[in-house]
Amino acid sequence: MSTRWSDRLAEEADPARPLDPAALAGYADHPARMGFFTDTSVCIGCKACEVACKEWNAVPEDGLLLTGMSYDNTVGLGASTWRHVAFIEQIAARPEEQSGPATGDASRWLMSSDVCKHCTHAACLDVCPTGALMRTEFGTVVVQPDVCNGCGYCIPACPFGVIDRREEDGRAWKCTLCYDRLSGGLEPACAKACPTESIQFGPVDELRERAQQRVSDLQDAGVAGAQLYLDQPDDGIGGGGAFFLLLDRPEVYGLPPDPVVTTRDLPRMWRHVATAGAALAVGALLASIGRRSGGGA
Amino acid sequence: MAEAHPVGFQWVMEAKARGATIIHVDPRFSRTSAMANLHVPIRAGADIAFVGGLINYVLQNEKYFHEYVRAYTNAPVILTEDFADTEDLGGLFSGFDPEHRSYDWETWRYQGDEHIAPASGARGMHPRHRREVQEAARGEAHGSGGAAAHPAPDSDETLQHPRCVFQVLKRHFARYTPETVAQVAGVPEELFTQVARLITENSGRERTTAFVYSLGWTQHTVGVQYIRTAAILQALLGNMGRPGGGILALRGHASIQGSTDIPTLFDLLPGYLPMPFAHHGRDNDLDSYVEAEKVDKGFWANTRDYMVSLLKAYWGDAATADNDFCFDYLPRLTGSHSTYDTVLLQMDGTCKGYFLFGQNPAVGSANARMQRMGMANLDWLVVRDLVLIESATWWKNGPEIETGEMRTEDIKTEVFFMPAAAHTEKSGSFTNTQRMLQWHHTAVDPAGDARSDLWFSYHLGRRIREKLAGSADDMDRPILDLTWGYPTGGAQQEPDADAVLAEVNGRDADGKPLSSYTQLSSDGSTACGCWIYCGVRAGGVNQADRRKPGREQNWVANEWGWAWPANRRVLYNRASADPDGQPWSKRKALVWWDAEAGKWTGHDIPDFVADRPPSYRPPEDAVGVAAISGIDPFIMQADGKAWLFTPAGLVDGPLPTHYEPQESPLPNLLYRQQHNPIRQIIAHPEDRFQPSGDQPGSEVFPYVTTTYRLTEHHTAGGMSRFLPYLSELQPEFFCEVSPELAAERGLEHMGWATIITARSAIEARVMVTRRMTPLQAGGRTLHQIGLPWHWGPNGYTTGDAANELAHMSLDPNVHIQEVKALACDIRPGRRPRGPALRDLVREYQERAGITADTGTEL
Repeated sequence: MSTRWSDRLAEEADPARPLDPAALAGYADHPARMGFFTDTSVCIGCKACEVACKEWNAVPEDGLLLTGMSYDNTVGLGASTWRHVAFIEQIAARPEEQSGPATGDASRWLMSSDVCKHCTHAACLDVCPTGALMRTEFGTVVVQPDVCNGCGYCIPACPFGVIDRREEDGRAWKCTLCYDRLSGGLEPACAKACPTESIQFGPVDELRERAQQRVSDLQDAGVAGAQLYLDQPDDGIGGGGAFFLLLDRPEVYGLPPDPVVTTRDLPRMWRHVATAGAALAVGALLASIGRRSGGGA
Repeated sequence: MAEAHPVGFQWVMEAKARGATIIHVDPRFSRTSAMANLHVPIRAGADIAFVGGLINYVLQNEKYFHEYVRAYTNAPVILTEDFADTEDLGGLFSGFDPEHRSYDWETWRYQGDEHIAPASGARGMHPRHRREVQEAARGEAHGSGGAAAHPAPDSDETLQHPRCVFQVLKRHFARYTPETVAQVAGVPEELFTQVARLITENSGRERTTAFVYSLGWTQHTVGVQYIRTAAILQALLGNMGRPGGGILALRGHASIQGSTDIPTLFDLLPGYLPMPFAHHGRDNDLDSYVEAEKVDKGFWANTRDYMVSLLKAYWGDAATADNDFCFDYLPRLTGSHSTYDTVLLQMDGTCKGYFLFGQNPAVGSANARMQRMGMANLDWLVVRDLVLIESATWWKNGPEIETGEMRTEDIKTEVFFMPAAAHTEKSGSFTNTQRMLQWHHTAVDPAGDARSDLWFSYHLGRRIREKLAGSADDMDRPILDLTWGYPTGGAQQEPDADAVLAEVNGRDADGKPLSSYTQLSSDGSTACGCWIYCGVRAGGVNQADRRKPGREQNWVANEWGWAWPANRRVLYNRASADPDGQPWSKRKALVWWDAEAGKWTGHDIPDFVADRPPSYRPPEDAVGVAAISGIDPFIMQADGKAWLFTPAGLVDGPLPTHYEPQESPLPNLLYRQQHNPIRQIIAHPEDRFQPSGDQPGSEVFPYVTTTYRLTEHHTAGGMSRFLPYLSELQPEFFCEVSPELAAERGLEHMGWATIITARSAIEARVMVTRRMTPLQAGGRTLHQIGLPWHWGPNGYTTGDAANELAHMSLDPNVHIQEVKALACDIRPGRRPRGPALRDLVREYQERAGITADTGTEL
């Protein structure tokens, strides 16, 4: 079930009020909203998350391609990649490269495990005509493979390019935040496999507090570029159920800097349509009255 | 460490989160460097110069931990007058015999005619000295049972005597200045000094610094000396035996520690007892073996207890005092049976059969070509593995089939492939680099014909025994008399691994499990399959199976798994307390003397005689464990001290010395002596060496190449290249080069390159990355090429094997190959196919003027 228009309008009135997507979806009694805080400052690029996800969810191997994009041969999220580790080399110019102080080497190799954001305002959810995409009681967004008809509307809807169709199969697939594991009281496979707790799983409001503390600690320690991404409810997607701590601007990681739920403007657009339609109807009426009452004959 | 031990690396991240500074010294900027506070690019093969430089810094600036060095190392000991250092002899030590390419250690002795035995036991001694000790010991054995008096060596507690170890050390490393380190190792002076300051400021009473190394240090012709250099540094800084200190040796795969504890090494028996030799008139019987191997002081004095207990574990009731406990049943060494020597024996037809258990030498061993040539000359080969690795299929798809040098139909080797069970399909233990055993249970039975190594070994032995049953031939007794009654169960008749563990742990005459190696006896009443593992099943409980969570224990967490010996987690932890038995600092307390209780106590299990007070000084005629004083933390050493200077035990020098690798574009800038003079050279037409340094032809191979791992793959690829999920993460073999080298050689990012040495040529995709840095060394710009070594022709992802390039010049102490520092050429484009490949290699050999003698000089 998608967030109702009325609540969208209410949210526009008060951007700071965090929404409860599960409640809005109609769950009367539901557990806390669960999600991911991915602290990329401690990611060691091991890709255990990619493998654990595929193992648990039986996601197929999706291409043996040496990309030359540093150690990233996965390239991006898709129907058969639900965790993707990005590698960005920022090696300092020679020969000053190694003369930095002990707390901050000038050279960096950024590593970050990307995942579906399980948006508060999820456009994929909004546009799905069959109801295959649904909001779970945990506030996560999940595709039901036995309902999906492969229409593909969700694919251009996602501002991050996460969801996609599997060619062999026709259906749309994406991260389920291990809905089956959550239902059994377990943490998602990627979070369990991550050796450095870069991927942290838990109640979203707890994760947000932890993330605030962490980014503040890093900033105090002088770590350049430390910033949170998608943790705030007042951004274009209403905040992500999965959000990140990055060490540089989102664009550097291939992430959109200011993502907006692509259905955001639909109410306004329909209102404009309605207004235009009404104006057109009024204009036509006036014109027809004018023709009847005078002018001509 | 992040690349090869990502799960273990979480503890480094934990330390970093608590404020530790992480320094990563490596030729390439890897995923470890990304997490480190400081990355130090270094020339592969120059670490002795670098760490030697740190030693020099510590000595010159008096940054060593004075009290620790004085009390716990052999710094004060005075050496014999005849000792001459590399400073005197252009890079050699006294006692060098050029004809035999060996050192006589006579002149490395402590003053006072003491022939001290190394920690490895008397077998580590020079043969001549061993015989003298043997004879002396015999005399004593016939006497009261006590050893003749061995007075403490002459020493100078003020560390001033010109021939005391401390001063000798100082003089030896005096030339390892920051300027020299810059020239030799390519580490700029400022960076070197920064590292030196960081580690010295973080060592001493209140703080400790840990070193972590792996194969980047061991796989050199001076590999053992690399480790020695770190040991000296850490002993000077007072970091050994202390929490947050020490040297952690990471190993190459999950249970290789177990593979040396209960060994798959040719020269060891379980618990590091030496295999007996066939020659030299020694090891004829148990007495002579024990006398030759044991030492007078310390725990190796009980060699007989360990040995007899092992023999009882092997041969049970058949082993009695009357028949020397079946000592004669043990096979004897006739020389070096190391893996590389074995290849030569295969090639000349002496070795006719070969078992490979989870080993892939066609990809994973140096000079992979020779490995296959050796196997092609066998009568039979048995390969046990999870998948069809290259060592099982070389006869149909190996590189020599492609070049036409071998034809499948001509290869007579009968190859058997026996599918193996994965670790989830069997019960057993892993022993990790912390010496900790962790038990794992079968999750699911192996499918089809796959079986565990235990099943295979047990049933093979059972069938052979059945065939030999009733034999009157003495030669069959060693097999027929073995204890082989392990219970089996399940549909596959899998032997009970826990029963094997119980045998390893040991039992007394009543069959009750032992709990400590101090209970072992040489009267035949105890049996123990591995004395250092005694206690793993104490009380009849599988201690390795314990999983008490860390949050329910103190920070040492002794109740998770079981570590040898006796579940001590930090070896030599006596050194964490001062000579009076009090921790050097509260902050770094680990174990201490409880005077009231009359025993050692603490957070860890003390690695010391439990009730020996710090004030104990042994009487002059004390032997064995009684000879360990209250201030001898290094209990496996004959003198109980950390050895800064090694008078015995290592064949290539009492002090680490920078020598260039077997093949290097640079001359040795520190000494006249270019190479390790004692390195083991396996010369063979298929194992030609390149000229080095200033020798003509050296310029044909102007680049350094080093091999390493990627997180996504595992060793020779048998466990990763056959899995889609791992293969897609790193789908092709690539080499890593700097943009500068790419420009110099016309290499394109994602293009192809051919890398050539005197052994072979391989091709790889090119990864141009600024993470590879050109170094300034030897007065020039030096480029290094990175080669992950995981690939071979089989599996989901295939490619050439880096080990095609490697040679067989080995460390002389442990016979390990030098694959971490090679010299090579690189050029753009794919390599030739068919016979043209060998033509290319020959062309290079000719251009470099390579002959059978090249590189074999001293």
